Amino acid sequence: MSHENKPELVINGKRADGRDFEELRPLKIEAGILKNAGGSAYLEWGNNKVLAAVYGPKEVVPKHLTDSSKAIIKCRYSMAPFSSLSEHGRSGPNRRATEISKVIREVFENVIMLNEYPGSEIDIFIEILQGDGGTRTAGITAAAVALASAGIAIRDLVYAVSAAKIGENLVIDPNMLEDNYSDADMPVAVSPKNNEILLLQMDGGYTKEELKSSFEMIFKAGKKITDIQKESIRKLYESVSK
Amino acid sequence: MDIIRSGYIKELLESGKRLESRGINEFRQIAIKCDTLGNAEGSTQVDIGNTKVLAGVKMVVEEPHSDTPDEGNFIVSAELLPIASAGYDVGPPSPSAIELARVIDRGIRAGNCIDLKSLSIDKERVWSVYVDLYVLNYDGNLFDAGTLAVMSALSRTKIPKFENEEIVHTEDDKPLKIQNTVVSTTFCKLGSKIILDPNGAEESAMSTRLTIATDGSCVRALQKGLGGSFSVDEINNLVDISFSKYEELKEQIKAISKE
Repeated sequence: MSHENKPELVINGKRADGRDFEELRPLKIEAGILKNAGGSAYLEWGNNKVLAAVYGPKEVVPKHLTDSSKAIIKCRYSMAPFSSLSEHGRSGPNRRATEISKVIREVFENVIMLNEYPGSEIDIFIEILQGDGGTRTAGITAAAVALASAGIAIRDLVYAVSAAKIGENLVIDPNMLEDNYSDADMPVAVSPKNNEILLLQMDGGYTKEELKSSFEMIFKAGKKITDIQKESIRKLYESVSK
Repeated sequence: MDIIRSGYIKELLESGKRLESRGINEFRQIAIKCDTLGNAEGSTQVDIGNTKVLAGVKMVVEEPHSDTPDEGNFIVSAELLPIASAGYDVGPPSPSAIELARVIDRGIRAGNCIDLKSLSIDKERVWSVYVDLYVLNYDGNLFDAGTLAVMSALSRTKIPKFENEEIVHTEDDKPLKIQNTVVSTTFCKLGSKIILDPNGAEESAMSTRLTIATDGSCVRALQKGLGGSFSVDEINNLVDISFSKYEELKEQIKAISKE
């Protein structure tokens, strides 16, 4: 992306917010905070604040979408009108949100054991309350915890994170400023048990080698994300059993 | 019927064969026709096998976006027309149509294919390049057909004159400045096999899909679709194949832009 007045994003080998290239922003997850939902999670990742909720399995609406052999998944990713620093977001689904909702749904169609819930519907709602780059990956990471806390049969606890290229530097977990001025950006969702890639999008410019290194960086960061996800679920059940 | 056909396609692949005796990394016959429409500033029709898409370009005078005051705008939309398949319905753009348009847009935008700065008219106004992709007949791989169609339509686009607040078409309209060529390759996974350029039957049997847009030196866009998964080794291998297909696809666009 060619922008004038590009801010200094790397200063003395550190990023503008003081992070190392392979350093994640602080990540906090709290599971089970919405009582009406079957499962839920609140996540703060840097300045991102995200709520995810899971409803179902329940009866399919409209009925004709029912699949008697497996569950259908509905997914809505939505940015609140007050979630961005720059402007008031128009309400309703835009093209970006429609595409993101689709690729997130596809991640969870792989992860949820659909055959366990024939004829039913499972809804995943992701609400971005405050966005600062990496909202789709934050949403997936939160939704995975919400699904697990809902007790829905899943194959793995998915995590997601973006890699980016800033000038010649490969970095993990870009914030909005870095995202806006990056030379490449790649959100990825991973099944940690076998490192299979469930979501992959990218734009910008990566050489083959940069692409390979970025995946390695993602897997390394993923270990930390997975630990925080698991800890949030552990806390939820400890609080229930008390 | 679909289940029987899916089973047959997968069995065939496991035994190392493919429908129509195609190689696993072989494109179907590609045909590009340009300037098929007179009122559009650029137009091409691309056939990949029985998949048929049409791209039309309209140049419109508009205000620039506030974050890029000295650059023109570039907007790609796609319509899965009801004439293209029994499976397509009338109505607002489906998530699949939106995904298609956005993935094509990302590759071409990330490759800086259009010199957007050259589209500035004055302080308040720029040219907007509206590209609409019409899917006329669906037989798989709309991503690659669409990228080829949009890229080649852009390479044939002429910019009208803007005089006395009016758009005027003249004989010596200047061509839109194209500074890079992006092409895409789409792969799908059926069972354990991964194939290039899936047709409609193969897409109905696929578990997952990967589109890779390149300009020959860099990967410009990636998009995985559907519920299945890829390993990183598979992805790296497909990127290699994608690069190896670049020249062949670029030649097709080059041939058109010189006509």
